[in-house]
This record gives sequence, structure tokens and C-alpha cells, in this order.
Amino acid sequence: MSDTGGRDRQATPMPNDMNARELGRWLWRQLTSMRTALVLLLLLALAAIPGSIVPQEDVDSIGVSRWQDAHPELTPVYEKLGLFSVYDSPWFSAIYILLMISLVGCIVPRTGVYWRALRAKPPRAPRNLSRLPEHAAYTTHDGGADVLERAAAELKRRRYRVVVGEDSVSAEKGYLREAGNLVFHISVLVVLVGFAMGGLFGYKGGVIVVEGQGFSNDLTQYDDFVPGSMFTATDMEPFSFTVEDFEVDWLTEGPRAGMARKFVSTLGYQETPSSAVKSYDLRVNHPLKIGTTEIFLIGHGYAPVITVRDGNGDVAYSGPTIFLPVDETFQSFGVVKAADARPGQIGLEGEFYPTFALGDGLPRSSFGDLADPVLSMLVYTGDLGLDGGGGESVYVLDKSNAEQVLKEDGKPFRLDMREGDSIVLPDDLGTVTFEGIERWNKIQISRTPGKLIALTGVSLALLGLCASLFIRPRRVWVRTRRDENGETVVDLGALDRSNGGDPERGEHELAAITLSLQGTGKVSP
Amino acid sequence: MTDASWEVLSNQAVAASGVVYFLALLAHLVQWAGLRRLPAEQQVTSGRIAMAGRLGVLLTVVAVGVHLIALVGRGMASDPNRVPWGNMYEFTLSGTFFVGLLYLVFLRRFKLEWMGPLVVAFVLSMMMLAVLWLYEPVAPLTEALYSYWLVIHVVSAVIATAAFTLGGLCSVLYLLKERSRAERGYLARLPGLTSLDRISYRMHAFGFPVWTFAVLITGPIWAHEAWSSYWNWDPKEVWAFITWVVYAAYLHARATAGWKGRNAAIVALVGLATLWFNFIGINFFSSTSQHSYAAPAAIHSTTTEVS
Ligand code: HEM
Repeated sequence: MSDTGGRDRQATPMPNDMNARELGRWLWRQLTSMRTALVLLLLLALAAIPGSIVPQEDVDSIGVSRWQDAHPELTPVYEKLGLFSVYDSPWFSAIYILLMISLVGCIVPRTGVYWRALRAKPPRAPRNLSRLPEHAAYTTHDGGADVLERAAAELKRRRYRVVVGEDSVSAEKGYLREAGNLVFHISVLVVLVGFAMGGLFGYKGGVIVVEGQGFSNDLTQYDDFVPGSMFTATDMEPFSFTVEDFEVDWLTEGPRAGMARKFVSTLGYQETPSSAVKSYDLRVNHPLKIGTTEIFLIGHGYAPVITVRDGNGDVAYSGPTIFLPVDETFQSFGVVKAADARPGQIGLEGEFYPTFALGDGLPRSSFGDLADPVLSMLVYTGDLGLDGGGGESVYVLDKSNAEQVLKEDGKPFRLDMREGDSIVLPDDLGTVTFEGIERWNKIQISRTPGKLIALTGVSLALLGLCASLFIRPRRVWVRTRRDENGETVVDLGALDRSNGGDPERGEHELAAITLSLQGTGKVSP
Repeated sequence: MTDASWEVLSNQAVAASGVVYFLALLAHLVQWAGLRRLPAEQQVTSGRIAMAGRLGVLLTVVAVGVHLIALVGRGMASDPNRVPWGNMYEFTLSGTFFVGLLYLVFLRRFKLEWMGPLVVAFVLSMMMLAVLWLYEPVAPLTEALYSYWLVIHVVSAVIATAAFTLGGLCSVLYLLKERSRAERGYLARLPGLTSLDRISYRMHAFGFPVWTFAVLITGPIWAHEAWSSYWNWDPKEVWAFITWVVYAAYLHARATAGWKGRNAAIVALVGLATLWFNFIGINFFSSTSQHSYAAPAAIHSTTTEVS
């Protein structure tokens, strides 16, 4: 059965002596053999495991730093092995590239074989039909030609491709199985191409926007931005939007009390600077599509409005300050850097509790909504490293050259404030005022070119797969001969060539064909 | 009916279906105890033993029906109403339901009567585990789960899981029967090795496209809607991918000389192990997974990702 191509192609034993050409051919046969494909698949599965155990740079970069802090000895080894980005590592890539080569080496010859098989006639009947796994025979007064004619009609009715010979009929069906199998394997390649395009030409970025403020799609406005390696900034669509309103619904009772849901962020947006302003209710699972770019709401939090006046009474810092939530109670962490404060720079670092509570003597938040908001911050002064010009994160206060502001008794001076409170700092450093609270949204923006290709690929793969798994290629032969009594002996045989086989169904079909040829009894479908 | 009474109904239906599954198990045990005494070739189509077998199937049908009521009640008890697969307890409840249902659907087609006692025992013990250790009161879902993709994605994943589980059961029996020389008893009465291998293949062949649909089509589409990226190598995704690749290897194994039968059965069981590990393990061991149902997230964790 040469027309199943790769199926019968097994790794051949290595010959003892051969030249370079032969060696190359031998290697190629090894690489494109079914067994190699199987081993490579198992290897791929194995190689994917570490990425689910060791934190991954692309998925959880904070987790990576935490892990590295906890395992200083292992870190360099892991780094060498690429264990913090398994799916980009050379060894992972090697496996799937080998698999892809093997795949191409498998598809190309099989397509040729299939193409020839498609145009070939169903093969001639084997000499001895009774050797086939499914067979039947009967004797009749009908003439041989008559029986074969009826057999051909019956098999055609059953959607077989039929060839009538001198004393036999050959029939075959289920050609689409192999086609489905080829489509499936080719589609795997298509999906990878689509996927790669997204990675190469697309981008993904995030920005935190405070309610009432806006964003325009420009590289400089992103907080974090991950471009594909072939991405150019001219690919960015010139839209802009403003977060006009943000609403969230807090559950106050039931087993999930404290959970937030029904997030709605009302955006006013323009597709281009000259187009009209439209409005969109941005929700989880309902991204806004502008051209080929998509905008997602993926997070929210609080931005206490803080004003710092310095020792001279001048405003050194004022505005909504983004605090990042650390858990579901929205206890949040944030930093204020007043670089222009005189006589000394002022840095604040601490927590915001939307609903202040004391648990085990420690301050915490008991609920994510603003029931009793409290801001609690420690104060630093001196050189906060703010003049170095960029580079430092707005969420981290560099305290290495600063000193903490203390109370007279030597304990840290802490600002514990409710909305509207103003506190005078010791040593004439200035005043801090907690003016109010605003909200922010974390907006994710991404472009993924090639996604339609990938989607078409997976859908085709699924169709091909179903054809490959469920279409059952079969061959049926009917042969007649005349016995010594002058009667016609009819031999039938069938071969199920599918992988799953279904002997009962096959026998059932053969019995039905036999019955219908005999012209007795009912013809079952 | 109020939400609270739906929840009560669901809990009662779980208990009731457990009892009926237990009775079905008893009926099958009576049947197989009787069959033990007879030579393996002897077919039994009438008499007390056959009656017990038929009763076992009938009771299983009833139990699966009541099981369905438990699921519906669970969904109706939530506000807003939803599909009953939002946490581990509900997953286990729906997963076992589909195991029972698929068994009944394929019962005639693949002649699965011999599977009855094992399927019923499996479903019953998983349900007991769920009630004892996984029970959670009805609760609303986190925001990202409110999507019709929840229905499509999860139902296909659960159906594929059930099919793979039944296929894995056949593979285990294949490996056991291969080593057994018994002339009577359960193993001796199972279908022959070729048939077991084939039934296992067909369960997997049914499960694989469904899993492909769940993991590689609806999963990415939904992940994109909710979290803005199609594929993130999140631990749950990694393991779903691993499962997919292992089952692809299984299908290859069956078409590779020297791998059919025994080796293929082993690959299938490796696949099943990755599948269950993903379902059970990842929820407990991974805190970074966005799929973790162990704790509710804000919208989700990327709010803390900003650096
Ligand atoms: C990306 C890697 C691959 C995946 C995910 C994959 C997946 C599959 C699946 C799911 C099937 C089952 C369909 C069926 O039984 O008809 C299959 C069958 C098959 N694959 Fe692959 N495959 C891959 C690579 C390869 C390679 C590299 C080869 C060539 C050596 C190959 C050759 C075959 C053949 C010949 C069959 C048909 C087996 C049969 O006759 O049943 N595959 N593959």
C-alpha cells in the first residue's frame, strides 16, 4: 500500500558503509520517519514542562526577580539554560524546528503520492478474496456479467469509485481521509506562520490612565511596550482616547463578598485626530477595535491626590498618584517623589487602604471599595536620586542616599491621613496634604497581524483532522466465476484501511452488499 | 424558585444521584460476581445475571439524569444564572457527568457493557471527593469568566476530558489484560486486546478534535478577549499544550509499527496524567496562573505587573 506514503515509512537500520550522499539521504529518511516525528513530539511535550515550573520573563517578570532573589546559586545556571524564557530558548526552538523540517519532509512526498493515488483507478482484485479480513461468497443462477453490473451499481450507490473488469469489480472510497490528514499537517505550518507574524510585526503595550485623563497612540505615552522584532512605529494607528468615567460594582455579601465586578470604563475616542469623538463602554471581554488595533481594560486601582509643599511653602508636587494594588482588598502601594522641594528633596512611600482596618494589630484593607480610605506613608529626605535624569521607575523610591524622617523619640515619622488631612513634616521640611482620590484604569493595547491567518489555520486543521480521523477508506472487490455445475460463484472481499477500523460495521456493510446482490431479503442501508 | 432553593435542590440531587450510582454499582457487582463462575467464552443473555446487568445500566441512566438536575440547579442558583463550571467543585461535577453520559452514548455503538462497573465506580468516587473536599457554595464568577466563550470553551474541554478518561480506562485495561493469564473473571471477559486497543483509539479520536477546538481555538480567542493576548504560556496553557502534543504522539504511535498496542497505551496514559495534572495540580500549585480558580483576582493580576 504505497499510497499511504509516510505511514509505511519507518526508520531504516543504518547501513555499514556509505558515502556522504548516502549518509545525507539516510539522515533525511531518519528525520522524516514516523518514529522520529513521534519522538520529537514527545520531546516537545517534555521540553515545555520547565516553563510551567520556573517563572517566565514574558509572563511574570516580578515572579522571576523574586525567584532569582531566593535562589542566588541556581540563578546563573538557570540563566545559561534559558530557563527563564523556555519558549524562546535555543533548545526549545531546536526541537520544534526539527519537527517542522520533519513535517515538511513528510508532507511533500505524501502530497505527491496522494495526487497520484487520486487519479489512479481502484486496484485490481487480489487473487484470493477469502484471505481478506472481511469476505463473503454465494452461488447463484444469475449470469456473471449481470452480477457484476448490479455490484457496480450497488457500490456506486454507496459512494464508491468503481472500476468494472472482465470478471471482477474493484471499488474504493474514503479518499478524503488522506487529504484531510495532509490539510491538517499543512495547517500546523500555517498556524505557526500566522503566529510568527504576530510576534514579528505586532506590538503590545500597556498604559495606566487616570480617570478624566487621555492617551494618544504614540510610543512615548506607553508605560510598557513590547514591539515585535520587525515592528516599525509607523504601523501605529493615530487614535486617541480619554477615560471619561469608570464604574465598578462591589459585592458586599455572599461567598464572594469583596469581589469587584461589572467594570465599565467609558471611553471617548477618536480614530484619527480629525475624526469625530465617539463613545465606547470598555469592559472585560469586550475590547474596543480601532482599525487593526485592539484596546482592552485589564486592571484598575486608586490614585490618591497628594500635594507636597516644601519648607518655603511652594508646591513641590501635586496630583493624582498611581498606587498599585497588591491584593484583592486593593491595599495599594505607591511612591511620591518631590524632587524640587527645598531645602531637601521629599520622598514618600507607603500604603493606601480603601477600607482601613486593623487585623492582628497591623493596618490593612478589609474591602476594595472606598468605605474608609486611609493613606499611610513614610517620609524620606536628602538625595533621592531624582536629578540623574530618567531611568528610575516611578513606583520605586531610591532610598540608598536618603535618610528617613524620624519623630523626636527616634521612631519613623508616619503620615496617617484621611481625605482632606494636612500634616506638617518635622524639621521644617514642609506639608503633605491628602486632597482626594481618583481612579485609574490599566489599558492594554495590542496589534496582532497574522491572527486571521492563524485562525484560518487552526480551523482548517480542525476540519482536516476530523476528515482524517473519521473518514474510513475502504476497498471492496467482487469477483465471479463459473463452477462445474454451471452456476455463478460470487466472491466478495473488503479491506478497511482506516486506523480505527470498525470490523462490525464493515462486516455489516459487506453483508448488506451481498444481500442486495443476491436479490433476496431486505437491503439494509 | 429562589436561588437558595435551587442550591438546595442541586445539593439534594448530588446526594440522590450518588445513591443511584451506588445502586448501579451494586447491580453490576452482582452481575460480575455471577459471571466469574462461568467460563469466559460463555455468553449470558438471559437469567438473573443478565437482569442484574440490565438493571445496572438502567440505574446508571437514572443516576446520570439526576446528576444533570444537580448541574442545572447549580447554574440556576447563581445570580446571574450561568453554566455550572466556575470552580473545582463544579468542574468535577460536570466532568463526571460527561463521563457517565459519554459512556451511555457509546454503550451500544462500541458494546461497552463491560465498562459499566468501572465507570460507575469512577464517577461515584469522584463525586464523593468533590463533595467532601471541593465543595464551595454557589458564588458569582470573576469578571473575565462572564463570556459565552466560557460555555463553549469549557464545555468542549470537559467533554474531551471525559472522552480521554474513558479512553485511558481502556488503555489501563489493555495493559492489565495483556499480562493476565486468567481464564475466568473480569479481565478474561473483556473484549480481546485488538478490540480494547481499537475502542481506546476511538475514544481518543473523538476526544482529540474536541480538545483541539477547546485548547487551540476557543481558548486563544477567549484569552484574547479577556486578557488581550492569544497565547501567553500561562501554566494552564502550557499543560493544555503538553496534553495536546502527547495525544498527537499517541495518534502517531498507533500508526507506527512497533508502537501499536502496548506503547500506544502507555503514551495515552501519559496524556491522561498530564490532563489530570493540569486540572488538579495547576489550580493548587501555581499562583501565577490566570486560570487559577483557587482565589478570585481583581480583574486579573496584571494590575500588579506594571514596573
Ligand atoms: C507538528 C507536528 C505534528 C502534529 C501535531 C501531528 C499530528 C498528527 C495527528 C493528530 C494525526 C492523527 C490523524 C490521523 O490519525 O489520521 C497525525 C497523523 C499522521 N501524521 Fe502527524 N503530526 C505532526 C508531525 C508529523 C510529521 C513530522 C510526520 C512525518 C513523519 C507526520 C506524519 C503523520 C502521518 C503519516 C499520519 C497518518 C497516520 C495514520 O495513517 O493514521 N506527522 N499527525
